[in-house]
Amino acid sequence: MIIAPITNGIVIDHIEAGKGMQLYHFLGLGDLDCSVAVIKNAGSAKMGKKDIIKIDSVIDIDMDIIAYLDPGVTVNVIRDGKSVKHTNLTPPETITDVIRCRNPRCITSVEQDLKQVFRLTDRETRTYRCIYCESKAEVDKRK
Amino acid sequence: MKHLIDILDLTPAEIDELIDLGEDIIEHPAKYADKCRGKKLATLFFEPSTRTRLSFEAAMMELGGNVLGFSEASSSSASKGESVSDTVRVVSGYADIIAMRHPKEGAPLVASMKSGVPIINAGDGGHNHPTQTLTDLITIRRKKNTLSGLTVGFCGDLKFGRTVHSLANALARYENTKFIFISPEELKIPSYLRSELEGNPNVTFIETESLMDVMPELDILYMTRVQRERFFNEADYIRLKDSYILTPEKMTSAKDDMCVLHPLPRVNEIAASVDDDPRACYFTQALNGKYIRMALILKLLELA
Repeated sequence: MIIAPITNGIVIDHIEAGKGMQLYHFLGLGDLDCSVAVIKNAGSAKMGKKDIIKIDSVIDIDMDIIAYLDPGVTVNVIRDGKSVKHTNLTPPETITDVIRCRNPRCITSVEQDLKQVFRLTDRETRTYRCIYCESKAEVDKRK
Repeated sequence: MKHLIDILDLTPAEIDELIDLGEDIIEHPAKYADKCRGKKLATLFFEPSTRTRLSFEAAMMELGGNVLGFSEASSSSASKGESVSDTVRVVSGYADIIAMRHPKEGAPLVASMKSGVPIINAGDGGHNHPTQTLTDLITIRRKKNTLSGLTVGFCGDLKFGRTVHSLANALARYENTKFIFISPEELKIPSYLRSELEGNPNVTFIETESLMDVMPELDILYMTRVQRERFFNEADYIRLKDSYILTPEKMTSAKDDMCVLHPLPRVNEIAASVDDDPRACYFTQALNGKYIRMALILKLLELA
């Protein structure tokens, strides 16, 4: 499958196969007016299969969200055909209003205006916990 | 300004200082009788509690201070839908320090983010209850003269028992600690606590279903109640509530200086006939709760 190269835009590459749509949703790419391509299960010498997202515009992209969901990705920001590569993303210490706490006993379940903040508690396992109730973050669904 | 939301907010050195102060209050109560003159403690109890609220109130009164507050959510603006943040912003204008109990986990942390005065977490659902842990720690230290090198058995509901998790986390910072977790399969310690303890060089632990097998080893036996309100399913509660009951017969195999603790209230997990055993320390523990809360109030108000 061939998608034309982009002159100005962003390519998010080396996404773990199956996580492309999740990233698409979390980054709010569905709201953009420009062309966005999500390629699923592309062949990869390194990964076997991978997902790729191509955005035909240079937008402000939340690297923390990407690093939280999949720190193994490569983000290429392309301006006038020249690419700047960002790899080895560091998982952020905290993520705010990206995912919701699913613990029905958490204060955030009744006070909807509270910011949904999760803190990285174990870098090795990339475990995030709700700062209020310490429940483990679950990222399987959209916020 | 400092708050107490989680027992781990305090370093072991700060815990030692609080216990030292608590012991000094026990020895010299008159010295502290006027320390909080003109100060007010607000007890915001969004969930009913007897001993925690009364011990906070007694603590403030014995320091010469005053107390205001409510004892259930229905008698507060929460029943009208007011948020914790708003309640606390208002009350911090009326009081110098606030003790809060709330059924939702994390509510006292939210309060501490908005409050102009120190917040003490007096229990947030099944999550934290740091003043209970301080109560346990002062009792253990007074009985054993140390918090290190102890073999501590936790018995009963170890899955939902917040007092167990907090005390285990607090004691896990002291060297050569051994935990023995005694519970039915369904009420074993949660996996996060198990994995934390597995990576902790200070601690060794075992899990067992038999209290009798391990009784002779214990320095401390921490009994817990199987709490109805922590279960989603009534049938599970009824099936498990009587799992472990401490009786005088079981006490015969315990060490002479073993110490039985319980956060209270008990239902039937400790037979009343155990109360006269000198190793039954749970009523002393409840009394110590008042003294350690006095120490905490003094520290947070920077009066000691």
